[in-house]
Amino acid sequence: MARDVARAIPERLVPRRLDGEHVVRWVLVALFAAFLWLFVLSPMLHVLWRSLLDNDGRFVGLANYVRYVRTPAIAASITNSLIVSAAAMVLTVVLAFVYAYALTRVRLPGRGVFRVIAMLPLFAPSLVHGFALVYLFGNNGIVTRQTGVNVGIYGVKGIVLAEVLYCFPHAVLILTAALAAADARLYDAAAALGARRIRTFLTVTLPGVKYGVMSACFVVFTTVITDFGAPKVLGGKTSVMATEIYNQVIGQQNFTMGATVSVVLLIPALLAVVVDRLVQRRQYALISSSARPLAPGGGPLARAGLFLYCSLAAAAIISVYAVVLATSLVSRWPYDLTLTLKHYRFDTAALTALIGTVIAFAGAYLVEKGRTSASGPLYMVSLLPVSIPGMVLGLAYIFVFNAPGSVLNALYGTLAILVISNLVHYFTVPFLTATASLKQMDAEFEHVGASMGVPFYRTFWRVTVPIALPSIVGISMYFFLNAMVTLSAAVFLVAPGTELAAVAVLLMDDAGDTAQAAGMSVLIVAIGLAVRLVYWGLLRGVTRRTQAWRQPTG
Amino acid sequence: MTNGRPAAVALDGIAKRFGAVVALERVTLEVGDGEFVCFLGPSGCGKTTLLRIVAGLERQNLGTVRMGGRDVSTLPPRERNYGIVFQSYALFPNLTVSRNVAYGLETRGMPRERIAARVDELLALIGLARHRDRYPAQLSGGEQQRVALARALAPSPALLLLDEPLSALDARVRVALRAEIKALQRRLGITTIMVTHDQEEALTMADRIVVMNHGVVEQIGTPFQTYTEPASLFVARFVGRMNVLAAVASERPGWARVGRLELRHRAGAARQAGTRLALAIRPEEIRAGAAAREPGDNRVAARVVAVQFLGAFARLSLALPGDGAPELECDLAGDALAEAGAKEGAELALVLTPEALRVFPEPAG
Repeated sequence: MARDVARAIPERLVPRRLDGEHVVRWVLVALFAAFLWLFVLSPMLHVLWRSLLDNDGRFVGLANYVRYVRTPAIAASITNSLIVSAAAMVLTVVLAFVYAYALTRVRLPGRGVFRVIAMLPLFAPSLVHGFALVYLFGNNGIVTRQTGVNVGIYGVKGIVLAEVLYCFPHAVLILTAALAAADARLYDAAAALGARRIRTFLTVTLPGVKYGVMSACFVVFTTVITDFGAPKVLGGKTSVMATEIYNQVIGQQNFTMGATVSVVLLIPALLAVVVDRLVQRRQYALISSSARPLAPGGGPLARAGLFLYCSLAAAAIISVYAVVLATSLVSRWPYDLTLTLKHYRFDTAALTALIGTVIAFAGAYLVEKGRTSASGPLYMVSLLPVSIPGMVLGLAYIFVFNAPGSVLNALYGTLAILVISNLVHYFTVPFLTATASLKQMDAEFEHVGASMGVPFYRTFWRVTVPIALPSIVGISMYFFLNAMVTLSAAVFLVAPGTELAAVAVLLMDDAGDTAQAAGMSVLIVAIGLAVRLVYWGLLRGVTRRTQAWRQPTG
Repeated sequence: MTNGRPAAVALDGIAKRFGAVVALERVTLEVGDGEFVCFLGPSGCGKTTLLRIVAGLERQNLGTVRMGGRDVSTLPPRERNYGIVFQSYALFPNLTVSRNVAYGLETRGMPRERIAARVDELLALIGLARHRDRYPAQLSGGEQQRVALARALAPSPALLLLDEPLSALDARVRVALRAEIKALQRRLGITTIMVTHDQEEALTMADRIVVMNHGVVEQIGTPFQTYTEPASLFVARFVGRMNVLAAVASERPGWARVGRLELRHRAGAARQAGTRLALAIRPEEIRAGAAAREPGDNRVAARVVAVQFLGAFARLSLALPGDGAPELECDLAGDALAEAGAKEGAELALVLTPEALRVFPEPAG
């Protein structure tokens, strides 16, 4: 009977008279959709399409893929990529797990210092870690010369080592969050039931952080397989997929094979991101609101052992920076700083931060609060960029913006295209941050406004933005820092006059100017740290001035 | 209500479905000028959806919404002229109390002094003038609730919509605010629709109650009508406490059989003998003690299973004779309790007053 009633009611809703506010909302949604289409979806489709053509533009189906796997020299890049990513993933997550465990579960002296040191690799692009290893273990490296032992750092071994250093902070961040969210009641229960320490670890600790470990694995795997910097510096004759794209495009002008490798590289990256999203969705339910936090403990032996371990890990991280700094100092310091500063495109980073923050936040608002029928698809496409390797994005932009006869051609070789590529490359994380902070807001704010005749954009400006200001500042910092150290997408898009710092470092090193490259690396790290400090101060100021309402009593 | 003027709110044939789920099945009702109407029902009955359709926050699949004779079915929320208070209050946390109240006035191009005067007036009305510069997080739940009310009333809307406004508050504050909101509504004479699942709230506040279930209006009536003359078994059970007995129509018209007992019930349409029915009587309508010992209809002996002391009265759980016989609840005031000699395990003589014994055609499931 209920079904008959349902059938008697039409699917269609009573039409709503078109009003200005509706038009504004739809225009904004359309603009956001156009942005995603133009700079995310359409470039990816171009890459896909190009991989099906030969170099003369004839459709050849899957012939390029067949050639890719049948040509041993390039096919090796697939296995190399998988080996490097898997090895780096296992090593990083194991090392980071012990480190994170020491930070969260053990009363370790100097925990704060260890925490900060673990985050240091975030401030340098992966190629700086690659340089450091070359300066230490390369054919002409410090260790090699002192001991006369050449460990053969070029190749898989070296890339894995650099990636472990580079990915360490990401894994530590995820794992400390997972390990910190422990429910002491479970440990009390295990102890009361007489479980030994090992058994408690296996039955309580590990299951509790299961999703955190999985998430760390996916993040490290994706980061490594899409990374270009470290394998470029340390690869030697070993090529991975990301460097193979570069070789094909820059070295051999073979855009078709570049596109083919790109599509193949997209698959594992896309897969890892999708599975990670599914895993993260399940993590929420793990900790109940009545959970009691776990106080760190640990016996003297465990503390001493873990302290030693953390000290070694911290020393390894610091040695990277020390070596790069030392190398930059050995010859003609200070060299021509204007030369290096010239490459420092603050304007690119600043524009990326400004425009990116506006688009990511407004986009998340339209998707989350707009509740139009377009919300679902727009959300999905907004998640896409995180799985697009920088090299692939860069190549795709060549196809789209360097196509003869295209209007978009005007953008090629300009600052604008660098800003756009940075913005898209780093779009997903800010978008998700904004979505999360919007989800915390009362769903009825806009409705209250609407009932009083206040248009939604006014409520957005008066209420939504002020409440979300801390996360907006965080988003802009994320864009800024990443835009400063980015390499992979930019390497195809820079033109004389728009070189970026990381690209400049690469070119200097290619030209054999080691000290100059090292100096530039130091500068990148120093400026990154300085920016971080400035932002930190800014955030505190912003919080004090605009978040007064968060204080319960006035 | 029908004084010639169009109703403040008139809903005609409102239907709403979410995919295959029917939320509202052609709801038609009117709210008079200055009237306080409650939409009452269990969660999922469609009452909130109906309110949001009135507000224009949800679009119906069928039907029209009129306000003061004007068809607003196709108008966006801001052209409908109402104020709304949500269950969560939805106060803007980054604005002070006075800025929250002024929010709806500021876009109307009102001069600043008049806005300030209106805000003062409303804050005085809700008794929170001294908290004008506080932020919502610095107020108690009841105070936040009143600010939300003041904010909704500030632009002088023609209609006030309240979506479960009291359910987030603790019991004592809730009871106090009930009276306060009702008094405010009377004073301003503003037409009000409130959604609630709390029947006590509806009985104490509303001029008329719309009882809803599964997207259908079960009854529209004054609190007194709804309580004393429930139109359906659902209303009988949902509003107030009610003993429901599964029964079968007896050969004698006006009588029904409950197990081995034959009971006379309120006059109703004649039913064929053997038809399954439900009889219903409220706990306070069952008489015990001296009256029950005199001869007459519907005299029943029951055993006292439990006595629950509730202050002004005691609630008895009673077992009727026979295996699998239904249990009854009976409320007795202190003196009646002593007079009847009710204590656990005792036999008690009862009268299920025939005039109070309602009969419903649907079987008591």
